[in-house]
Amino acid sequence: MSAIEVDSLRKAYGSLNAVDSISFAVNKGEVFSLLGPNGAGKTTTIEILEGLRERDAGDVKVLGFDPWKSGNQLHEKIGVIPQGFKFVDYATPKEAIRYYATLFGVKADADAILREVILEDSANVYFSRLSGGQKQKVGLALALVNDPELFFLDEPTTGLDPQARRAVWEVIRNLKSEGRSVLLTTHYLEEAEELADRVAIMNKGKIITSGTPAEIIERYGSGEKVMVRQRESLEDVFVKLIGREGSGADAGISGARSP
Amino acid sequence: MISLRRIKADLTIFGRGYLRSRVGLFFSLIFPVILILMFGAIFSGNGSGPIPVYIQNNDGASQVSTGFISALNATNTMQITLVVSSENFSQYLNSHSATSGIVIPSGFGESFAAGNPVNVTIYGNPTSSTNGIVAGVTSAVVNEFNLQRVHGTPVIGVKQQSLVSKSYKYIDYLVPGLIGFSVLTSPMFALVNISSQYKRDKVFKQLSLTPLTKTEWLLSKITWYVALTIISFLLMTAIGIGLLGAHIALSLEILPFLLLGPFLFVSLGMLVGTVSKSVESAAVVGNLVTFPMMFLSGTFFPVSTMPAYLQTIAHVLPLFYVIDGLNNVMLYGNFGAALVDVGVLVVLSVIVFALAVRFFKWRED
Repeated sequence: MSAIEVDSLRKAYGSLNAVDSISFAVNKGEVFSLLGPNGAGKTTTIEILEGLRERDAGDVKVLGFDPWKSGNQLHEKIGVIPQGFKFVDYATPKEAIRYYATLFGVKADADAILREVILEDSANVYFSRLSGGQKQKVGLALALVNDPELFFLDEPTTGLDPQARRAVWEVIRNLKSEGRSVLLTTHYLEEAEELADRVAIMNKGKIITSGTPAEIIERYGSGEKVMVRQRESLEDVFVKLIGREGSGADAGISGARSP
Repeated sequence: MISLRRIKADLTIFGRGYLRSRVGLFFSLIFPVILILMFGAIFSGNGSGPIPVYIQNNDGASQVSTGFISALNATNTMQITLVVSSENFSQYLNSHSATSGIVIPSGFGESFAAGNPVNVTIYGNPTSSTNGIVAGVTSAVVNEFNLQRVHGTPVIGVKQQSLVSKSYKYIDYLVPGLIGFSVLTSPMFALVNISSQYKRDKVFKQLSLTPLTKTEWLLSKITWYVALTIISFLLMTAIGIGLLGAHIALSLEILPFLLLGPFLFVSLGMLVGTVSKSVESAAVVGNLVTFPMMFLSGTFFPVSTMPAYLQTIAHVLPLFYVIDGLNNVMLYGNFGAALVDVGVLVVLSVIVFALAVRFFKWRED
């Protein structure tokens, strides 16, 4: 059974066809990536699937629910991080998790969740004082509170430095290893290649191709440009040198810790 | 269904953030205290005390002129300073920044005895209200002297009966006025700001993915601002009564206004923030809605002292009914009129709250 089924989905803003009759399915337990440039229609698509926007036409089933009509039931079972996650300035990650747990009426182990998103060192720092990557991890942590089956991650690493990106990737891999499904949008090719089981490439509201990264490269690559990466990339070395959490950003943050 | 557990959770995280940022706390509690101390000091005593009047007596020490001065003094409306005859009187008034003066001419006593017409001269700006009082009081004393001279007996006298059982000082109006000021400003500015920012930062979208409803979110803010308003009320009345000597009555009938006020203005702030396109336009619209209310609803001066057309405007401003109600309860003890104010506020609150919930978008279409 599919976690998400989308058939001929359409959404227009005035004369702009933001999503122009797209169809795809996400299997349970897989990481599916919507890939495309800014303005391709990724966020509109994902917000329709989350039940935040009403669609103009098409059939959509998310975990068996119509997201617009049965949003409340659906929201108990999904975890979402919107693009550029923001939260109350003067709340710590730990307080934010407790807040969400109370809202959902669930018992959540705040420390375990913070460990899972690699944020335990900043558990008691005000949200406004966290770095961009750490803020994004608070979003991940909150998405985990209701122990969801399905995650929507809308450009979770946009604007993050390499260490923070790697950390978010690690969390996404953990989610997959726990058998959860993930719909990920990104405009970073290597992010999709690194994480996604299957990819759909979107442009101007349409899906222009889909499949596993390898299939797409085989189908559209020129052959000579396809190469097996044998050495570590510069990014790998950079991350290794600076460390996973990074010394710069975190040192500043722990100095600004709240009482 | 509305869940108290979720409202409490939202109240906790919001209230903690509010206390930690300190900015809100300054504007909701400290700022009104600064205002009451400032305005209380500026207007304390002045106006109700005797008017300083300079008198130059050019008639030497004649019995009539000294009698005239002591008659003026006995009215208790003037604080008299005598100026020696050698001074140039208008120059003297100028150099002492004085606004009122009286000159008794030489030969005043002789003319009085002989029945020759003689004038005392009153100096001052004819348009100023204190000068009117000086001129009126002086004329009255002059009349009295004229009557005495012809041995007349006054037939018609004037007895003054105050309309209200006690007279009110500025500070008595200022306390309810400034309580109204903080009932208006702290929720309005905060909610306009929060609602437009949360919209921009997609915090509302994020919250819409939890079981929290927008009504619960709004009720949590209302609860917070009711609590703040009650604290502010206690602070203001303590300072007003204890420090500035305000004569105001404290009774349970005040409570409806401390509940309805924040309820109304949290909803109104939310409505303004939520219908505005951006944080900047929300701030502009918020100020346009807030500022007329801030000055014309009886916050700093009683509405009854304003020109008639401004009084008409005041009656369409929601804050007017909060302050009018507080005045009715705390000053006049007129509970019937206060009940009318409560009625108006209940209707307004229900309408604005319903509109705020209606237009407040958790998610988009």
